[in-house]
Amino acid sequence: MSEIASRLQHHFANEEQQYDAATFGMWVFLVTEIMFFGGLLTAYVVYRTAYPEVFATASHHLNVYLGTFNTIVLIGSSLTMAMAVHSARLNQRQKLAVYLILTMILGSVFLGVKAYEYTHKWHEGLFPGNFFYAGPDAVHQRLFFSVYFALTGLHATHMIIGIGIMLVILRMSMKGRFDETWYTPVEITGLYWHFVDLVWIFLFPLLYLIQRHG
Amino acid sequence: MQTSEAKKVNYLSAQHTVASWLLTIDHKRIAILYLVSITVMFLIGGLMAAAIRAELLTPAGDLMGSDTYNKAFTLHGIVMVFFFLIPSIPATLGNFLVPLMIGAKDLAFPRINLLSWYIYMVGATIGIVATVTGGLDTGWTLYTPYSTAYATTNVVMPAIGLFITGFSSILTGLNFIVTIHKMRAPGMTWFRLPLFIWAQYATSIVMILATPVIAITVLMVAIDRGLGLGIFDPKAGGDPVLFQHLFWFYSHPAVYIMILPAMGVISEVIPCFSKKRIFGYNFIAASSLSIAIIGFFVWGHHLFTTPQSMYAAMAFSIITFAVAVPSAVKTFNWTATMYRGSVSFEAPMIYAFGFMGLFLVGGLTGLFLGALGLDLHVHDTYFVVAHFHYIMVGGAIMAYMAGLHFWWPKMTGRMYPEGPAKAAALLIFVGFNLTFFPQFLAGYAGMPRRYHYYPPEFQIFNVLSTAGSSILALGYLLPLGYLLWSLRYGRAAGRNPWGATGLEWMIDSPPSPHNFDETPVVTWEPYDYPDAHRRTAEHAASEAARV
Ligand SMILES: [Cu+2]
Repeated sequence: MSEIASRLQHHFANEEQQYDAATFGMWVFLVTEIMFFGGLLTAYVVYRTAYPEVFATASHHLNVYLGTFNTIVLIGSSLTMAMAVHSARLNQRQKLAVYLILTMILGSVFLGVKAYEYTHKWHEGLFPGNFFYAGPDAVHQRLFFSVYFALTGLHATHMIIGIGIMLVILRMSMKGRFDETWYTPVEITGLYWHFVDLVWIFLFPLLYLIQRHG
Repeated sequence: MQTSEAKKVNYLSAQHTVASWLLTIDHKRIAILYLVSITVMFLIGGLMAAAIRAELLTPAGDLMGSDTYNKAFTLHGIVMVFFFLIPSIPATLGNFLVPLMIGAKDLAFPRINLLSWYIYMVGATIGIVATVTGGLDTGWTLYTPYSTAYATTNVVMPAIGLFITGFSSILTGLNFIVTIHKMRAPGMTWFRLPLFIWAQYATSIVMILATPVIAITVLMVAIDRGLGLGIFDPKAGGDPVLFQHLFWFYSHPAVYIMILPAMGVISEVIPCFSKKRIFGYNFIAASSLSIAIIGFFVWGHHLFTTPQSMYAAMAFSIITFAVAVPSAVKTFNWTATMYRGSVSFEAPMIYAFGFMGLFLVGGLTGLFLGALGLDLHVHDTYFVVAHFHYIMVGGAIMAYMAGLHFWWPKMTGRMYPEGPAKAAALLIFVGFNLTFFPQFLAGYAGMPRRYHYYPPEFQIFNVLSTAGSSILALGYLLPLGYLLWSLRYGRAAGRNPWGATGLEWMIDSPPSPHNFDETPVVTWEPYDYPDAHRRTAEHAASEAARV
């Protein structure tokens, strides 16, 4: 009783209004996020239109197998996240913890692979600030990697933040804060995580799969 | 349940500790936190303006050299645009009034609201510290490749400061949108909302859609400086004009972040001091939204002198003309509201008149600049400087002052002294015109902006301008004095000193910590003048009956 009362913040009329506000707020935030990535994607479109051949060549420096592996890992993490939200809805605390931890592990695997790819690019001299690659049209290839590191770096930052949020959610869950009537934080974290996955679904073909058919 | 003693507790008197202010989640207190912070920023930016005007008094560069002058106008621009004007009306009056006007106890996310203030403080502090430790000389526009490759000053820190501050703006916009959608009192339908709320709503849309773009853009500039990312670096095939596109994609709509809330204030003040229902409510509400939306498609008018395609430039020019239409709709509606009204001339109304005149000049000269041919002639001259100061100072700050005076009794429970307030409003109007009108002439005659010295034939304009700026400064310092004075010695305001409509005028001044003892049920149309006093009296009686 007192727990329910404390969950309803003083300025809301009822729990439904509180829930609506929280989910709507997350959707509005995701709109902001789209514009955030949109700025960089504009740069991508402009430069790819200007240098289509160079982008195709440069894209072949990326490891498409690691990229595919990471895509599968991330889609898997979306599944476990969805299961986590489902468990929260059914008030299955044990399962919620398992799925949250699985999601965090998958997210960390993704970040680990990404870190491996980054170091590899660094040693190959493809990192824009440490650029000593000397192949054909190296100057414009560098531009591809500027965009690549900016986009994937921004995406990875979002994943790190997402994992941080999941740690908080996990703690809240273990303290017994959620039940079947109230699990809004789990739900909006799920929204966020699905969005981050979705961004990767766009980034993967845009960066890794340029003219792979040829 | 409540004693009459407890009833007197208001949001200011509820608690007195420093922690109760720094950790408050009350939207009204957060509004005050913002008010104090942006006033400090205004003084810093104003000081830089004074330095600029002093230097320009004579044609020779006698007070400072190019480098110092560049830093002075950059600091002036960045502080005034990002740390004062962008948060000005939304973060102070908006924070205070949005929940009150829609009959809510707070914004939807009170803690995020406080967070936005802390983010603002961190960003602003970084920005200010950066200027002390080396300064920035790129101008507020941070154009590449100068900012990324050639500037010898401190670019990274201010850029990060702007990046951080952007999030405070995004969070404010997000909070307002959710609040206006989800927290309206029963009966407060969309078309019963005060027009100030419509304006805040349109502003919030601009905030959440445009701000992330500048945030990521300045972040790329910072990373370029720090790590050599080179996204905008022409040596790496990058395109500096792309930076300009991204920059203005935000920075043109940013003008609407400043002017839309200003229009919202004017839409409240004019019916109140005309004692007449606003003319064309639907048109004013819709014009706010259309300004916000059309405003996203005009940014290219800042790039008429770049290799932008001619057809793109023509489209941007036409859309720029189009965005003037909803602004004109508002101006005509305000004028029609006053027609045959019982117009009285209290200080907020004088500011509102000032706004209408100055905004008109600013808006019309904007059309000059939106014309492809004329823009080439006056590009990068004082004509541009004068134009945007008419919008940002003559428009936005006049309305901010109007709103501050109008709602000061509600915020503090005290009346400001009317005589000095009227004098200040007139001083600001005269000082402003004397400062900036000569700049139109100087610019049209060809005086370029951003130089600390100039050919002697421009001196007459600059002397007038500097003289005007000292009057303007006096006009701004006066309110600082008498508003603070009124906190202690001002006459008690009562619930509704102006006889204004709106839920905020039905409750105590200053309001109680939770705004409404009982959630109001709205059964009337907005701006039902002249019935406002009756409504306030009824509400007071029903509150008394509850005790
Ligand atoms: Cu513009």
